[in-house]
Amino acid sequence: MANYLLIESRDPFDSNDTRFLYDLAKQLKQQGEAVTVFLVQNGVLPARAGARADGLSELAKAGIPILADDFSLRERGIPSDRLMVGVKPAPLDIVIDQLVDGCKAVWH
Amino acid sequence: MADRKTLTFALMDPPYENARSTTALRLIHIAAKRGYDINVFAYEGSVFLAFANQKPHPNAMHGRNVEEENHVLTKELVSSLIQETRRNGGKVDWVNCGLCVDERGAVEAVEGVRRGSPADFLKMAEGSDNTLVIGTRG
Repeated sequence: MANYLLIESRDPFDSNDTRFLYDLAKQLKQQGEAVTVFLVQNGVLPARAGARADGLSELAKAGIPILADDFSLRERGIPSDRLMVGVKPAPLDIVIDQLVDGCKAVWH
Repeated sequence: MADRKTLTFALMDPPYENARSTTALRLIHIAAKRGYDINVFAYEGSVFLAFANQKPHPNAMHGRNVEEENHVLTKELVSSLIQETRRNGGKVDWVNCGLCVDERGAVEAVEGVRRGSPADFLKMAEGSDNTLVIGTRG
């Protein structure tokens, strides 16, 4: 089983193609792969509680870990206690940790 | 150090235009603090990150001189990352794509940055524990 880290830097309100990353995450999960989605930059915007972000909430419901860069959250004034269920704040160090652990990383 | 990790980053974006450059430098900084060996292949506009002719500027709109403005120059960030990596026992191989440099006139780079080609990127990736490509927005 491979470990995938999918890094989403775009938000679905500005970029229609975020759906591709969400779908890839779900398909990898369905095939039994370990997958984590890491949100960074404007990629954290749909993680706000109450945001119209069906694609991201579907990932959470599918049991895919979703992490949001804490710096990106602070930059955008998003408190860590106002995140969608299933999204956790995390330091960017997580990306380096996973890279040295040999994950397959995809930046979008 | 036998178990020192090596990471390669491929960058494409120019400085001062979008958050990807900032995030890329943040990632490299984390690896620098850990003393990893770091490879950077700067492609397309990202060759300007280490452009030696960058100059700080005043901000007339806000009435600030050069010192007061204290404008961040990415060339200084690149130099700082190289130095911090060395202090922590690692090394940085920062390669600017030569063709990208020539077509942009970005020939002068800060110390520690060399000229290369995509073939260098392949060698970097093959010799690394992992590679992250931060592609520009298509």
